[in-house]
Amino acid sequence: MNVELKNIHKHFGTVHANKAINLNIPTGTIQGILGENGAGKSTLMKILSGFIQPDPGSEIILDGKPVVIHSPADAIKYGIGMLHQDPLDFPPMKLLDNFLLGLSGGLFPNRKEAAQDFNLLAREYGFSFDPESYVDSLTVGERQQLEIMRLLFLGARVFILDEPTTGISAGQKEKLFATLKKFPDQAMTVIFVSHKLEDVEHLCDRVAVLRGGVLVGETKPPYVTSKLVAMMFGKEITLGARQPAQAGDVVLSLKNISLEDVRLKIKNVDLEVRAGEVIGLAGMEGSGQGMFIRACAGLTRPVGGRISLNGRDLTGKSYHTFKRAGVNFLPAARLEEGLVPGLNLIDHFVLAEEPKGIFIDRAAGQKLAEDRIQSFNIRGTPLSTVESLSGGNQQRAELALLQTPLSLVLLEHPTRGLDIESVIYIWSKLKERCKQGASIIFISSDLEEILQYSDCLLVFFSSKVSQPIDASATSVEELGQLIGGKGWADTGDEHA
Amino acid sequence: MLKGRFGGFFFQLIALLLAFGFVSLILLSVDASPAEAYKNMFNGSFGSMRKFAEVLVAFVPLLLVTAGLLVTFSSGLWNIGVEGQVVLGAITTTWVFRYFIESDLPPALIITLAILGGMLGGAVWASFTGVLKVFGGVNEIFGGLGLNFVATALTIYLIFGPWKRPGVASMSGTVPFPDEFSLPLLAGLRISPWALAIALAGIVVIYFILQGTYFGLRLKAVGKNFRAAYLLGIPTWQYSMYSFLICGALAGAAGAVQVAAVYHRLIPSISSGYGYLGLMVAMLINYNAIWAVPVALFFAALNIGSIQLPILMKLDSSLSGVLQGVLVLFVLLADGVRQKFARKA
Amino acid sequence: MTQETILIGLAGVLAAAAPVIFAVLGETLSERAGVINLSMNGTILLSAMGGFAAAYTTDNIVLGFLAGMLIGALVALVVAFASITLKQSQVAVGFVLALTCRDLSYFLGNPYMGLPGPRLQAIPIPVLGDIPVIGQLFFRQDPITYISFVAIFLAWVWIFRTRPGLMLQGIGEKPAAAFIRGANVNLMRYVYTVIGGALIGLAGPAYSLAIRAGWMGTISGLDGIGWIALSITIFGGWNPSRAAFGAYLFAFLQWLGLVLQPVLTQVPSQVLQVAPFPLMILTLLLVNIGDAEWVERALAAMPENTRKIMVKLLRAMRASPPAALGVPFERD
Repeated sequence: MNVELKNIHKHFGTVHANKAINLNIPTGTIQGILGENGAGKSTLMKILSGFIQPDPGSEIILDGKPVVIHSPADAIKYGIGMLHQDPLDFPPMKLLDNFLLGLSGGLFPNRKEAAQDFNLLAREYGFSFDPESYVDSLTVGERQQLEIMRLLFLGARVFILDEPTTGISAGQKEKLFATLKKFPDQAMTVIFVSHKLEDVEHLCDRVAVLRGGVLVGETKPPYVTSKLVAMMFGKEITLGARQPAQAGDVVLSLKNISLEDVRLKIKNVDLEVRAGEVIGLAGMEGSGQGMFIRACAGLTRPVGGRISLNGRDLTGKSYHTFKRAGVNFLPAARLEEGLVPGLNLIDHFVLAEEPKGIFIDRAAGQKLAEDRIQSFNIRGTPLSTVESLSGGNQQRAELALLQTPLSLVLLEHPTRGLDIESVIYIWSKLKERCKQGASIIFISSDLEEILQYSDCLLVFFSSKVSQPIDASATSVEELGQLIGGKGWADTGDEHA
Repeated sequence: MLKGRFGGFFFQLIALLLAFGFVSLILLSVDASPAEAYKNMFNGSFGSMRKFAEVLVAFVPLLLVTAGLLVTFSSGLWNIGVEGQVVLGAITTTWVFRYFIESDLPPALIITLAILGGMLGGAVWASFTGVLKVFGGVNEIFGGLGLNFVATALTIYLIFGPWKRPGVASMSGTVPFPDEFSLPLLAGLRISPWALAIALAGIVVIYFILQGTYFGLRLKAVGKNFRAAYLLGIPTWQYSMYSFLICGALAGAAGAVQVAAVYHRLIPSISSGYGYLGLMVAMLINYNAIWAVPVALFFAALNIGSIQLPILMKLDSSLSGVLQGVLVLFVLLADGVRQKFARKA
Repeated sequence: MTQETILIGLAGVLAAAAPVIFAVLGETLSERAGVINLSMNGTILLSAMGGFAAAYTTDNIVLGFLAGMLIGALVALVVAFASITLKQSQVAVGFVLALTCRDLSYFLGNPYMGLPGPRLQAIPIPVLGDIPVIGQLFFRQDPITYISFVAIFLAWVWIFRTRPGLMLQGIGEKPAAAFIRGANVNLMRYVYTVIGGALIGLAGPAYSLAIRAGWMGTISGLDGIGWIALSITIFGGWNPSRAAFGAYLFAFLQWLGLVLQPVLTQVPSQVLQVAPFPLMILTLLLVNIGDAEWVERALAAMPENTRKIMVKLLRAMRASPPAALGVPFERD
């Protein structure tokens, strides 16, 4: 199906999220849409998939016919299906119910027939699913396959994929790409939205780049990476040289640690982290690194082994004991776990300090906030509530809340969703902490970030933890394979 | 900012008018004259010094309960159990009085002990809800409600069982205490200036705790984002418990005053529903301590004024409850409409 | 006690549970769609009063039940409007309505206090009613009790076996996903809240026109039932069959209290009357305690085999609410 977008505008309040976008996507192409976070990609795709309405004057033309798409259900009638970054399925349901949900038909669905359709479709596209198992037993990659199947069944001719490679393994990515590459032969159109240059270069027949709500350019293979970067950011940016640590004494020591929760079991991990060192944790989402970092923070109690900090045994102690001993944890969900919406920056800085007396000294709080705002380059005032700050400024505020002195900083996705300049700034602040003797352990799904900033890294794959790997001696490719479950020494009970 | 505040005021005024309009319709539906009903209610509460003193008698426990609830609301808790905490305050106060009934201690000391006992009783009862919530994951709404019913049953059990009047037990309560066990009242009126002072002191202290202290700020952080507060190093579960204990103590004080200054004995409906009414006041003032006094006074006046309705118009006195409820409801709805406009703008 | 009196007692339990069942099913439907209707306690009182008044005035018992349902639907409509359209706190609005409707029932019900009114009679079903034991238990009831049996079955089939029911589950679980599958989420939430409200409104007349016929104002003994029904909804894990089990258990325990009273003379009657409330707290404790942080920590410190058993036990008792319960839905 040929998709033509003409003069697409979209305002959210005063924000002009899409500005006069014109794009023609011929039948049978894999179109890449590239851009940083906030570039307007998601808005454009939500418009095309009917989730939101464009401003008046915008036009969507399918196979030469102008259409108005009122809702996602409407979109699928026109043959447009969207695969969302976080698959929009129902984790507590059976696969079959999830598949049936929303299909039209009589009051009582025929489950037997539906199961047959389901199995047939799965076989046709080479997926293997048990319709009676539950969605929450699947990996993110498998849930994507499930959604693709559902959209195919509904007759989708245009597939929109929003950042589909975030949180899936290398193996699943290959499988996904193989599936998508078959689509053009069946006269289907694929729109692949990403901020990952590598994926786009690897998969797409043509690429359009968005920046600040504007379509800044289109290009075809062979791609020149530096040119794409320049289009995405408006200028060329490099991360700078790696700064290896001057490692000091052992700060954190894990001996034979075992962890478990409802889904995962991690067994017998040993690790020593020295002052000034940065440890990166790589792995697809939900491979155990989240549980691991929480155990280092004292938030999860290990079922076996010992944890000590600066030589002091903290096994089984609470998070607050860890915190008093100099461990700080910055969670990924800033407004859900890190900051308190409704309170302003003064309140936050006052809360992070030890109370002096009973009554709060407002003037001192104001002064404190002004100092921190300046030294951390936060765009906001002392009276700004945290939810009114942008993501990058929220992250800076969180860094400004770290206590001093500090032995260990634990971060989940410290730069997720931030623009490259914020990323560089935040890491410069973190590296300052390292120079003062703190160690850092962080989780990231961005392999380049891990390679750039860590001294040593651990790879997590389905509850297994690698030996520490020297970050300067490995590559994105090697890491990608490990994350996807390849190249592990002990492959006894592996499953991809 | 000024515009926003004025806008808020405008919507609240509309809500007030709609609430009175709605209740007038209800009155009309039972063939009663709204004007006459409102006039009777007004006269019933402000018509004489004696009547206004009655309003103050209702105002004292209501204000105490509201002050306590401001603390639990700040920490994000729906302390519906406040009703039972008032009851337990009354029970413990009664128990202290009974314990010292033969003693030679100065009555002032006994009264002080009784009121402190009431506060302790309310706090302990509140701590049950707190423990269930914090350690058992039982929503405080259900834990609190269950304990309210238990508290009421306990009162009745005591009145008809161990503490029954010599001879025959009755719904009129336990044997009244001697006069020296009463908080001093104003001559010829039922209001005790001491009780009024306790209530006003309560709200002032709570206002300052919430406005200017580390404790208050931490409480608010816990209320607005429990998880983040914990990660910021605040001992969240302790703060939840503190806020239950403070609210319980203030509710207990309300119960104590009911015994020591109003009824001078334990009666089955000792809490008079002030716990639930306090929740309404707290919602109506949008958890803002500064408005607690006038709104609590208004609600107390409605309660006292409505007593005239059965006498003069053969209407049920629950009309005051209807009016209060409808008022809070319309204020909530008007606030929703205002936010909807604000989002669109 | 003879077998006969036990049978009569148990048949009475089935009838006494009927109003609670309507209330719990209504709340289950509403919460499955994502809306907590906390007004239940007031709704039941107001519909009991309104149902009785309507039946008394018109001398038509069916109209009484319809009036009750209408009242329940209207109150639910307010909850829906405030929470879905105006995005106000469902707890706040529901609680205010719970109190207001209660006072309104006392105010408006004043003229009907203690009047003798119509009462639903038992209609034994021919043939089936003659089956020993089973007939006596299930087929010599009044119509509203029969309807309660059917309602449990229908609600279960609707939620778990029909297409719209599947969509209902989706709306409460992940509204955005239901939306892309074609659901008009907020409209459906309105519909289920109002239908749920009508069912809750059936509970009132089921008392005032059947089990405890008449309107007695503050001494009707109905104040509190709504709160119990709310906790039975949680106990029932948002599943009609488990919820019905909870309602029957509640009625059974109440009956047991009544039967045991003469035997346990040293236990004051007040204690037995409030027994359901501590039981309600206890069941909520069992359902929820597995989620408490200290329990997780304690589990981690246990030896492996004990831990496995405990985890299984806690998970079996646990009931997870619809993930989007109380969360407003917007398209963007």
